[in-house]
Amino acid sequence: MMKNTKYNLIADSHKSEETKIKNAIIAFFTGGLIGLIGEGMIELFCLNFSMSRTDAGTLMIVVYIFIASLSTALGFFDKLVSICRCGLLIPITGFAHSMTSSSLDYKKEGPIYGIGSNMFKLAGSVIIYGVLAAWFFGLIRYLLGGSL
Amino acid sequence: MTTYYKDVYIDETATVCGPYEKKGPLRRYFDKCYDDLYVGEDSYEKAEIKLVRSSLKTLMNKANIDKYNIDLVIGGDLLNQITASTYGTYGVGNGFIGIYGACSSSVLGLIIAANFIEGGFVNNCCCVVSSHNLSSEKQFRNPVEYGAPRPNSSTFTSTGAASCLLSRKKTSIRVESSTIGKIVDYGQNDANDMGRVMAPAVIDTLKRHLEDTGRKVDYYDLILTGDLGKYGKEILIDYMRNCYNINLKDNYNDCGTMLYDLYEQKDVHAGGSGPVCGALVVYSYIMHLMRRKKIKRVLFLATGALFSPTLLYQKENINAICHAISLEAV
Repeated sequence: MMKNTKYNLIADSHKSEETKIKNAIIAFFTGGLIGLIGEGMIELFCLNFSMSRTDAGTLMIVVYIFIASLSTALGFFDKLVSICRCGLLIPITGFAHSMTSSSLDYKKEGPIYGIGSNMFKLAGSVIIYGVLAAWFFGLIRYLLGGSL
Repeated sequence: MTTYYKDVYIDETATVCGPYEKKGPLRRYFDKCYDDLYVGEDSYEKAEIKLVRSSLKTLMNKANIDKYNIDLVIGGDLLNQITASTYGTYGVGNGFIGIYGACSSSVLGLIIAANFIEGGFVNNCCCVVSSHNLSSEKQFRNPVEYGAPRPNSSTFTSTGAASCLLSRKKTSIRVESSTIGKIVDYGQNDANDMGRVMAPAVIDTLKRHLEDTGRKVDYYDLILTGDLGKYGKEILIDYMRNCYNINLKDNYNDCGTMLYDLYEQKDVHAGGSGPVCGALVVYSYIMHLMRRKKIKRVLFLATGALFSPTLLYQKENINAICHAISLEAV
């Protein structure tokens, strides 16, 4: 055990420098930009196609998913992430990206054993805990006297 | 366990690499470079198999030996069921041994081959190792196209295949001795900092090698580690100086930092890794120097992280191993 402590002490003095704060600031602005463009899209759809805000929101998400999936398939989404950091991975674009990239990896194994069974490799956790969290917060809201 | 050899020589080596290695500083020493990560195949796994075949073919041409005259083939790689080696070496040689030592497979193969030859069981033996950046990414990390940012301590799996023909025939490079490593566990569990995981294995093996042989580090003109990367290299130097008073500064280098230009090729972060990383450097550049008698004695310590994503998620530490082989120009 002594050996490990001494080793860790020496190893800690040779840690790589990570630019966490810089990454967070970049992600804050790029993520915010995605939100801003999304809001712009909603306004655009509401005004031009006389949609309800809910429908326009859904359409905005569909547009983002399409763009993210297409750019993943064309191979430049990962390069955008290396510039924009997590600002592109946290919104719905990151979710679409994780599904498309998993599917691309396994396309040679065929549609059933490849794409079908591996598509949710990364996104599966997001879906299952997303649904669970939605159910949980819905329950709290109901118990606090809100409507269903 | 240190073993000495009398009659084992390195006949010929062959190295093939991918596009990233081609952009590195050692490109002119490689036998063949591919510009495309698919190497003309339709999947990364098949690409790795093709790299192995291509390296064996180059080796047989260079050594002027046909595939029926190779007594034994020893192959290792990172893929599940070491498929790149088993598919890639099909049809070559009169016997096959598949090995897995993660990134230490290159030296592990050489040691087994040297023992077979020294024991008089075979006349020649071909060792091949391979790795492919994208097939490893797919297996050990995230999907290839997934762009999650990676920390600076992470290493970059090299693409390529390197093979080496050992024989009894006297040549200019002799296998002098070898030390088989022990598995070490220093409680490390960061899969994004493999240098830190593997440095303890080098410490252990290097120390035992020096004790067994009674040599000092300056006996060797060059001591090379396989793929510790920039930070692992610093840890090793610091630990050896602090704990054992062994100074590694002048004649020590790490193949992971030699294979790429760390300032120009930012994508590789801390340096190269993978079984082929050390082999690409040693089988090409280092042997080139040895054949020209620029350096005489080389100790090559290939490091491997015996890493399984499954067991890491089950909260187990990552173990590491390191095998050492000493080569001498004669």
